[in-house]
Amino acid sequence: MFDGYTTSELMSIFAMQGFAGLSLFSVFVLMALGLAIIFGQMGVINMAHGEFMILGAYTTYLTSNLFQTYLPSLFGGYFFVAMILAFVFCAALGAFVEWAMVRHLYRRPLDTLLATWGLSLILQQAYRSIFGAREVGVDLPEWMMGAFQVTDLVELPINGLFVMIIALSIALAVYLLMFRSGWGRKVRAVVQNRPMAEAVGINSAAVDRATFALGCGIAGIAGSAFTMIGSTGPSSGQAYIVDTFLVVVFGGAQSLIGTIVSAFSISQAQSTMEFFLSGSMAKVLTLLVVVGILMLRPEGLMALKVRR
Amino acid sequence: MKTSSPLKWFATREGLYYVALALLLVVILPLVLDPFRLNMAGKYLTYAFVAVGLVMCWGKAGILSLGQGVFFGLGGYCMAMFLKLEASTPEATAIQSTPGIPDFMDWNQLTALPWFWEPFHSFSFTLIAIIGVPVLLAFIIGFAMFTRRVGGVYFAIITQAIAAILTILIIGQQGYTGGVNGITDLQTLLGWNIRTDEAKTTLYFVCVALLFACLFIARLVQNRKLGRILVAMNAQEMRVRFSGYDVAAFKIFVFCLAAAFAGIGGAMFTLIVGFMSPSFIGIVASIEMVIFCALGGRLSLLGAVYGALLVNAAKSGFSESFPELWPFAMGALFIGVVLAFPNGLAGLYQSYVMPLEDRLFRRKPKSAPTQPVSRQSKAGDEPEFDSMMDQYSAEKS
Repeated sequence: MFDGYTTSELMSIFAMQGFAGLSLFSVFVLMALGLAIIFGQMGVINMAHGEFMILGAYTTYLTSNLFQTYLPSLFGGYFFVAMILAFVFCAALGAFVEWAMVRHLYRRPLDTLLATWGLSLILQQAYRSIFGAREVGVDLPEWMMGAFQVTDLVELPINGLFVMIIALSIALAVYLLMFRSGWGRKVRAVVQNRPMAEAVGINSAAVDRATFALGCGIAGIAGSAFTMIGSTGPSSGQAYIVDTFLVVVFGGAQSLIGTIVSAFSISQAQSTMEFFLSGSMAKVLTLLVVVGILMLRPEGLMALKVRR
Repeated sequence: MKTSSPLKWFATREGLYYVALALLLVVILPLVLDPFRLNMAGKYLTYAFVAVGLVMCWGKAGILSLGQGVFFGLGGYCMAMFLKLEASTPEATAIQSTPGIPDFMDWNQLTALPWFWEPFHSFSFTLIAIIGVPVLLAFIIGFAMFTRRVGGVYFAIITQAIAAILTILIIGQQGYTGGVNGITDLQTLLGWNIRTDEAKTTLYFVCVALLFACLFIARLVQNRKLGRILVAMNAQEMRVRFSGYDVAAFKIFVFCLAAAFAGIGGAMFTLIVGFMSPSFIGIVASIEMVIFCALGGRLSLLGAVYGALLVNAAKSGFSESFPELWPFAMGALFIGVVLAFPNGLAGLYQSYVMPLEDRLFRRKPKSAPTQPVSRQSKAGDEPEFDSMMDQYSAEKS
């Protein structure tokens, strides 16, 4: 497939497609971080994760409309308000779902999959009834349009770059929260040994609820960021859910660094191959390679060393 | 459970359930429904094959596959390829630029039949492929996963990814597979027109017969030592392994069995519906197949059949009158089944109707066989496991 390209041409193709893959990478990282917390730390399979992301996207859409109508002078900064609102709404819904449904199923992980799939069907239809089946997009504030020209061949769109910065800062925040704060220590304690954690006085039910809400809130931020680079419809979330689960599993379910590395490699592989093959074949090849590697190395790229 | 003569078995309680199902499918439904509705019932029954396979693989052995649609689709596509080749004779396709190949290949500028289509000229090869292709794929997946002790959630996610891969592949390779439309315009099977009402009724009965064959195979497996090991494996995998059994081999076997059932169901689906398309095999379809099994009862073979019939009938009924409400109803079904009655309708029947029956017929109440709901091995399961092993060794001696 490399026939007819000189080495320098190949280099710029890789560079160009590599940058193009970065926005995919950002979406993957944001989606997968929330999932890595819920799935990796709690062992709950949340099939409605994509719908939480869409909730964040619709929140952003509504906020941008609100700003456009009532506060046009502040429109440039609406995104930051929207991001916070998206986090709050999704986290609140997440906490409710944990209370109503997930907490009854902690001993049956496969059943969480079915139940949350049902939740995702309900949410999707709710979005369709409220917002209509058509995709909606938001208007970007002016400072986010345009692109940096790096070389003749390579240019970086500012919105893509902005989303990437958000993704990396959220990743950093999650890392600090999980590994450098007292709360994160509690979460990890509950994950590793629930009875022991309870014995030393950790309220494991509260920790579970907060962890689930945090994961869902991050999905909301992912949705918020997603509106910057694409349009949103009721079933957009479904399109990402399998990819996201693969990202988390491929990286090693309990490793946040692994999640980022695997999001990077999957998105880069896909966007580079898209230049040479059709989009669907690139996707098939990427997924096949990931599944193949997972069969050889079931714990994922960066597994925690634990005795089983 | 063991009975001396096959005839006596039909008088046992379990036998009566089978007789009741046979009455429903062979006598009542054909009498009550017009040919169109009967054809739809036949379509629902093809999903029952998948659900029965899932009872074996998920309910009994605790392996949840979210990729049963893949096997259903492979069986269905094998049958569809044979029928399509039969429909694309040089005479019937004379107006194409290349006569003798399926019409969608001609639209996609293919000038020769791809190599993997060639064997499907032969009917016997097709029949073997309908079971062989799904089983082969299931064996490869099962071998790679189970020998490395991958299971549970990870297995579910990987099978789901495989369903995604197959769907994208079929849609992307339009020239070879018919793309998103699938393989359509199927007319005859070995010269027999499958579109007439009589043919559809005949196919319905063939489907029922095959379903009962699968049910009896599954029942046979379930009541042998093999079936008990599967259940034991679900409850206490480590202890079964340490007892000297090759757990991976049992898992591969039951996964292949479920794939074979799904493949037969898919082939019947193609015959009954008259076409095959990727929308019946993707992630959404595969997960819906799990709910058929879950609603009917993940531990009950017959429950799975009723589950497939009921959910699909409800789906047609709902989507005809309230298309907006169906996703809500389906979602509520998923959540309700999992939270409120994890053993499905069969479980409800066992705990509420059976004691009533016992009182009515003054039978000595026999406690319902306790089988664990699929759950991860945790402390607390051991007494159950021990009693099961005791029962097993008592029967053996």
